[in-house]
Amino acid sequence: MKRHLSLSLGLAAAILLALVGAVLFGETVLSAAQYGQALADPASGPGEVLWQVRAPRAVCALMVGAALGLAGAVLQGLLRNPLADPGVLGVSATAALGAAGAIVLGAAAIPGLVEGAALIGAALAGLLLVAIAARVRAPEALILFGVALSSFAGALTALIFNLSPSPIASAEVMNWLLGSVQNRSWIDVAWVAPALVVAAVFAARSSPGLRMLTLGEEAARASGLSMGRMRVLALIASAVAAGAAVAVAGVIGFVGLAAPHLVRAAVRGDPGRLLLPSALTGGLMLVLADLAARLTPTDQELKLGVLTALVGAPLFALIAWRAAREWRL
Amino acid sequence: MSALLELDGAVARLGAATVLDGVSLSVAAGELVALCGPNGAGKSSAIRAALGLTSLQAGMAKLAGEDVRRLSERERGARAAYLPQERHIAWNLPAIEVAALGAPFLAGDAVLQRARAALDEVGAGHLAQRGVAEMSGGERARVLLARALVVQAPLLLADEPIAGLDPDAQLLVLECLRARADAGGGVLVSLHDLTLAARIADRVVVLDAGRVVADAAPVEALSPGVLRSAFHLDGVWIEAPDGPLLAARRLT
Repeated sequence: MKRHLSLSLGLAAAILLALVGAVLFGETVLSAAQYGQALADPASGPGEVLWQVRAPRAVCALMVGAALGLAGAVLQGLLRNPLADPGVLGVSATAALGAAGAIVLGAAAIPGLVEGAALIGAALAGLLLVAIAARVRAPEALILFGVALSSFAGALTALIFNLSPSPIASAEVMNWLLGSVQNRSWIDVAWVAPALVVAAVFAARSSPGLRMLTLGEEAARASGLSMGRMRVLALIASAVAAGAAVAVAGVIGFVGLAAPHLVRAAVRGDPGRLLLPSALTGGLMLVLADLAARLTPTDQELKLGVLTALVGAPLFALIAWRAAREWRL
Repeated sequence: MSALLELDGAVARLGAATVLDGVSLSVAAGELVALCGPNGAGKSSAIRAALGLTSLQAGMAKLAGEDVRRLSERERGARAAYLPQERHIAWNLPAIEVAALGAPFLAGDAVLQRARAALDEVGAGHLAQRGVAEMSGGERARVLLARALVVQAPLLLADEPIAGLDPDAQLLVLECLRARADAGGGVLVSLHDLTLAARIADRVVVLDAGRVVADAAPVEALSPGVLRSAFHLDGVWIEAPDGPLLAARRLT
């Protein structure tokens, strides 16, 4: 069997195990009898814990991680830059700005409004990026524009904090910005799943272009592929995936950056074949990180975004160190 | 002979600078044309214009008789293979995968067979499974040439394909291009080495400040007058056993 397919199957099996672990283990310790009751009667107390609390939370973590892993792989291929991730192009920051604005305006009481505002923010960032990409072909220019967009959206979010009349709303925004899948339900899963499917379809359609970009902009443009179309597909895929992730779980950094690196060597650098394993790796990382956040004995549950950054950043530095030889090509 | 490439009065600007100023040239099937000129003469711009990568303010670029602007990307890709000067490869793909990028619409074993044959042709068959990050500059240049050969387009445009290579690798690359032309393909290659250009090409087009100043058989195109005006060289051609040899010194 081909190497990348074996890798994806292995990752899928690991995800299955991680999901089982995430459903079985949690802060509430259940006896063997209670596990049996939960399996026999999902509407029972233990059943509620397993199927209405832990399972949707774990699946939500899987979807969000997969969306971030996919967005990171797409952007790194598109920009031919191993340091690209949804945060770099300002998609995450713009989505966060949308959500922060909605929370401060009191929209948190109405289900779906904060998520909708985050998605609108991501969509606006995506539209801007598509418009810029149509005029400017140099990936460096797109990165610089993304950095500017990210900084501007961050400044506006800070302004919202600054001017917010309610400290409660500010705390809520801060809580949300730290990133978490705590208390997420099947409704949240239903939010993120279609977006992930759409992003995956667009990403798959853009994969020949991502692979061709390995040779550089000039060679790709003369290759016969419709690079303009591929670029738009890739940007839409990353904006939808990152926007949906931020909408459901807040800002969770590092996953989009690290997931592609963890599997790049296994697919021998191919940006097209990287997409599925990177999405699966992102999903696995976040399910495990959320399980660790739940099981860590602290007064306040650790925020997922904090944990991924704390564990991931040193790991990423190590990967970057080892991969530096390849980047110097 | 039918023209695989024609530039007709091409004018292109880059900001305020005019990089092509009424350039006309052609490449026929079975012909290897060397594009020579000092740095900034417009060689890369002419190649890019021929591929439709640089938009023209006036004039026209044609591939196999059709205006390049009217061709779809796929049609352009099928009519002309392009070997850019840039040899940066973003990710550490194995050589065979890089070569296979020459045929993006072909799948499965067919593309791998074609890639393997092209790697053999450029003497890089033994590198097929090696990552490009683990290769020397010369090896990588050969792999990228193999990628251009995999396209199997009737026309090949190569922008300074031997820059930075050792003499053996330079000759190998040029022999591959010559073989392509001898097999009936058209080749346009930009070169700085005038001796090699004179030995390998059927015709030399000399560009200076965005204009064609000579278009003839090699030694005729690179006449002492052209060497003086375009290259600022005082040079003469010597007939050596392996072909013409340029003996030149800088004009002071």
